[in-house]
Amino acid sequence: MSDKQMFWTKFKRILRTGFFNFWRDGTVTLASVLVMMVTLLVIGLISFSSAVLDTTLAELKNKIDINVTFVTSASEEDILDIKHTIESLPEVLLVTYISRDEALSLFKARHSSDQSILSALDELGENPLGAVLNIRARDPSQYASVAEFLESGNVLSSGGLTIIDRINYFQNKAAIDKLAKIIASADRLGVALALFFAAISVLIAFNTIRLTIYLARDEISVMRLVGASTAYIQGPFVVVGIIYGVVAGLLTLLLFLPLTYWLGATTENFFVGFNIFSYYLRHFLEIASIVLVSGVFIGALSSALAIRKYLKV
Amino acid sequence: MIVFDRVSKVYPDSSVALERVTLSIEPKEFISIVGPSGAGKTTLLKLFLAEEKPTDGAVYYESINIHTLGRKAIDAFRRKVGMVFQDFRLLPNKTVYENIAFTMEAANRSDEEIESDVPHVLELVNLTPKIWNFPRELSGGEKQRVAIARALVNEPDIIIADEPTGNLDPANTYDIVQILKKINDLGTTVILATHNKGIIDLLKRRVVAMERGRVVRDDKTGKYFV
Repeated sequence: MSDKQMFWTKFKRILRTGFFNFWRDGTVTLASVLVMMVTLLVIGLISFSSAVLDTTLAELKNKIDINVTFVTSASEEDILDIKHTIESLPEVLLVTYISRDEALSLFKARHSSDQSILSALDELGENPLGAVLNIRARDPSQYASVAEFLESGNVLSSGGLTIIDRINYFQNKAAIDKLAKIIASADRLGVALALFFAAISVLIAFNTIRLTIYLARDEISVMRLVGASTAYIQGPFVVVGIIYGVVAGLLTLLLFLPLTYWLGATTENFFVGFNIFSYYLRHFLEIASIVLVSGVFIGALSSALAIRKYLKV
Repeated sequence: MIVFDRVSKVYPDSSVALERVTLSIEPKEFISIVGPSGAGKTTLLKLFLAEEKPTDGAVYYESINIHTLGRKAIDAFRRKVGMVFQDFRLLPNKTVYENIAFTMEAANRSDEEIESDVPHVLELVNLTPKIWNFPRELSGGEKQRVAIARALVNEPDIIIADEPTGNLDPANTYDIVQILKKINDLGTTVILATHNKGIIDLLKRRVVAMERGRVVRDDKTGKYFV
């Protein structure tokens, strides 16, 4: 046989032996696959949790806008002038004008269940709310410059007096920054915890595979004594490790379907608009490759490392 | 030719397994190594297979010091030696066919050779009906016959049998000895370690007696005295 033929014959034999060993060693296979599944579940959940936090942070940033409230005496003409000026700024995406009447009906709608506020409003007789310009920037980081532009007094009415009552950006900004910080540290803590659990579960998977190889140590020494080469002994064990990884990976991905479906509604309510089930479906290929590659990597590496000890005969 | 040249083996716990053993074995010889447990029989065989290294002295096979060989050369050397153990040491997850085929695969034999040689060697040890059975489905005598078939299939220069009948009843013991004799008649060197007196008297071949790590007697057509 030529070298090339021999290589393929050996390759084929190693694969076949690996498959047979996987299949015939039922209990060991079941235990290893289950342990590996736990590891891959942890790894999968880590990729979900970072997605949840990222999406929440992004959603939160999206919620930032600037409301410019005008004094009640400001004329609609002046306000629309200012609207026009702001719209011409390159950072600004959209400016919405809310008239005094609209502001009032929005306010009423928001407090429809609070009778005391509504009656106080009635007693007042007139509309106490000023018109509002709602400004959205193209990027959250640009709000600061927009707000500064408004503050700087560039947008005064023709009479030289400012008609702006207040700009809410500065109050909201503190709250938003704080929330962003909380999310960021939750993210960091999450990553640290995730790495910790991932490390532990990888060690457990590694140890399980080590045990399976420990069970086969006599076999390995017999293989050594009949003169089998290192690669030829090690190969089938690595193949079995890879099959553990693939099977456990596929089962994990399957398990994620009901799991994320069940969690979907909860996550949607809890994290603004993030549905873990639809996230899973949308990012299936990505998650599947993370889970499968981790499984194959852990399986193959554990086998290859664990067997070395018994090959010294 | 196999030569043990003043070989000593002291294990890490300071127990002396072999003490300056000198022994030479001619090709095609049938040699029995006898002695009580702990006499050093198994250590002697392990040194020959490069499972253990001698503390002192050297073991030669065809003038090559076995313990200077590298990994690949050791693998290649072991393929020239067939081994039979007291506890059979078959691969439990492989059928009889696969157990024997594995040895041939390890020796890089082709699929065609494997397909023709495995049934042939099983016929030799009278085990053809069990070809697709797993070791757990076989009796002790049958397991040992599989082990012998495995040792034979690569047509080795030497067969080493370490207490091959230790776990067998007299009828199976007789069978195994007859098979070993037949193998030797066909030109293979056989090294048999045993403490079974009956076997030695049956064989009427060279007997080396060991005691506490030393060769105490070497008889051309020996009887069991120890």
